[in-house]
Amino acid sequence: MPASDIAIVGYAQSPIAATSASEVQLLLPVVRDALAMAGLGYGEVGFTCSGSCDYLTGGPFAFLFNLEAVRAWPPIEESHLEMDGAWALYEAWIRLQGGDIDTALVMGSGKSSSSRPADVWTLQGDPYYLAPLGVDPLSLAGLQARALIDAGKATERDFAEVAVRSRRNAASNPHIGAHVGPHVGAHVGPHLGAAGELSVAAALGSEYVRAPLRAHDLAPFSDGAAAVVLARGDRARSLCERPVWIRGIDHRIEPHLPGFRDITSSASTSLAARQAGYHGGPVDVAELCAVSSPQELILRAALGLPADTLVNPSGGPLAGNPVIATGLIRIIEAASRIMNGSADRALAHAAGGQLLQQNLVCLLEGELWPNGVP
Amino acid sequence: MAERCAVIGVGQTRHKRARDDVSIPGLVREAAARALEDAELTWTDIDAVVVGKAPDAFEGIVQPEYFLADALGANGKPLLRVHTAGSVGASTFIAGSHLIRSGAFSRVLAIAWEKQSEGNAQWGLSGARSRGTGAGGYFAPWLKTYIAETGAPEHIGWLVAVKDRLNALKNPYAHLRLADITVEKVAASPMLWEPVRFLESCPSSDGAAAAILTNEAGARRAAQRPVWVAATSTRSELGSFPGRDPVRPQAAIDCARDAYRQAGITEPRREIDVAELYVPFSWLEPIWLEVHGIAAQGDGWRLVADGVTELTGAFPVNPSGGVLSSNPIGASGMIRCVEAVLQVRGGAGEHQVDGVRTALAQAYGGSAQYFATAVFRAAMP
Repeated sequence: MPASDIAIVGYAQSPIAATSASEVQLLLPVVRDALAMAGLGYGEVGFTCSGSCDYLTGGPFAFLFNLEAVRAWPPIEESHLEMDGAWALYEAWIRLQGGDIDTALVMGSGKSSSSRPADVWTLQGDPYYLAPLGVDPLSLAGLQARALIDAGKATERDFAEVAVRSRRNAASNPHIGAHVGPHVGAHVGPHLGAAGELSVAAALGSEYVRAPLRAHDLAPFSDGAAAVVLARGDRARSLCERPVWIRGIDHRIEPHLPGFRDITSSASTSLAARQAGYHGGPVDVAELCAVSSPQELILRAALGLPADTLVNPSGGPLAGNPVIATGLIRIIEAASRIMNGSADRALAHAAGGQLLQQNLVCLLEGELWPNGVP
Repeated sequence: MAERCAVIGVGQTRHKRARDDVSIPGLVREAAARALEDAELTWTDIDAVVVGKAPDAFEGIVQPEYFLADALGANGKPLLRVHTAGSVGASTFIAGSHLIRSGAFSRVLAIAWEKQSEGNAQWGLSGARSRGTGAGGYFAPWLKTYIAETGAPEHIGWLVAVKDRLNALKNPYAHLRLADITVEKVAASPMLWEPVRFLESCPSSDGAAAAILTNEAGARRAAQRPVWVAATSTRSELGSFPGRDPVRPQAAIDCARDAYRQAGITEPRREIDVAELYVPFSWLEPIWLEVHGIAAQGDGWRLVADGVTELTGAFPVNPSGGVLSSNPIGASGMIRCVEAVLQVRGGAGEHQVDGVRTALAQAYGGSAQYFATAVFRAAMP
């Protein structure tokens, strides 16, 4: 069994906004700040892992340039995943289990403003059956929302309530800035903006973008980057006053074609949560990687969250969605609330693929074990 | 306390310029199914899947592992996608070995692939700009520097090109089958990027390779004689900065040293029996021999000249035919690992080297800045 005494001891995230900065420029300050928070210098990290996506930058090998942000000289032990930074954190957590190193640095970065997300993500579909249909992510989200309504699991008002709460929470998130989108390359209807007051009635009165979804129901495509420092056991305790212990982390994937799975639920989220050690019980905060308001409802149900859990206090992806960093930011948002003492137990969720095809669940805790030894 | 890691099944596709007889799912499934068959396991025995490939621009699909999840039997399981440029096949193997070492999983499928006939690899390698120089143009100045610094005669590159292609004739999975290749033919082939001639360059291939990894308990129950992972190491450095030595990258040297430290190797030339090194251009063989401490600095080319790295030589390099004979880019590093495993197991067939107890596999990527190395042994570490 993997050890459960690996902790988050430092983190940083960039402003979530459209920017002319390059991906490596986004990463430079967050790596610097995450290392500073952990009190580690460049070169003092045992393993580095990053998550990025070539297609956002529009060229191959985007991650090679991101090495600048970690000052990979002298040479470092490093890996890169073509996945959200949350999976880079998972790989670093796995690597730390080897026992021969005790710190790791994780990065995630995504810059959607230099491409047309509706075109890019359509190319993620099965190239024989799905991509030729030109199904963009917003249309898929609309199909999922419709399926949820048809199954009697939610209403358009439920969607609006999720969106209204997200926008209210986002107003106090200092990282949220001006966005690209929400419908880059497929703009339909007015963009309501991601943060600020919106009433449910006003929300329901706005135009559909992809019926039954309206602008506020869909995450924007943002630019952003994030970094996390992990440490094990006593090293974590020496680096951080209140380490955020990763009690469990797991991820699972489902069939690709939306018609091959129940898109009104998320079986892989439920499974990942169990494998991560969450079997219900109190959770103070849950940060969920829902890129549409219906997805938040699906994820809450899949995780079996208690009614009093604070969901997406950051505003969640509906307020800021730097794809490929969005999942890692969920982990940071959950961890920050444990680190500052406002929460003791939190769940963070990340997603990959379309319509929650792949899901990662991370169970975080702040308290020390009774005898001080996990 | 980390688990030990062993390889209990390997498989690869027949590599070709265009595998137009199979779809992408068909290609990856061919390699994975062969690895499972080799291990006498079924899809349900696998706990987690790691997929590697080079840039998505090669096939024009964003994160294709999402649609390959079904073909790889990954549904309900964890799936990771690694991308470390040309080194990715070996990095994928190493990521899989970490999953075993962590104790979180008992059996992991690590698979890497590329179907280059689906797109234009030169376009992809050139930063998606038209009429780029390609990888050869990138590395040629460094190869020239090596020649200038060591005084190596020009036929060294030709010897490597002939050796690897003759080895490939003994490997049923190899792409190129140049039965009539000679030093004269290589020397007469067109100059692409001086000093690299056409026949000193790797082909563009479709292919996939897979390995089944397990822990000590799994190895004890294995159908095949397990091959132990004695060491794995990765090192990365920035691709360009003043003072960097791209001919002998520090990351490559550090990676080899780290792997040798883990495996307890102090005299690599004596303690390693065979090596599968990432040689897409002939002149990289003498360079890697030096970087890995198999030859002294400046002497790598002498081993080539003396026939030491031939299949029947004292230190065979790339008995499979190497990257010079098959290069499905994303899979090439995994093929190095799979071939090294076969050598340790005594299962390489016609290109088997006698009495292999320890084998080295290596791959590099980017501007010769990403390195991934593994050492395999017959004996449990």
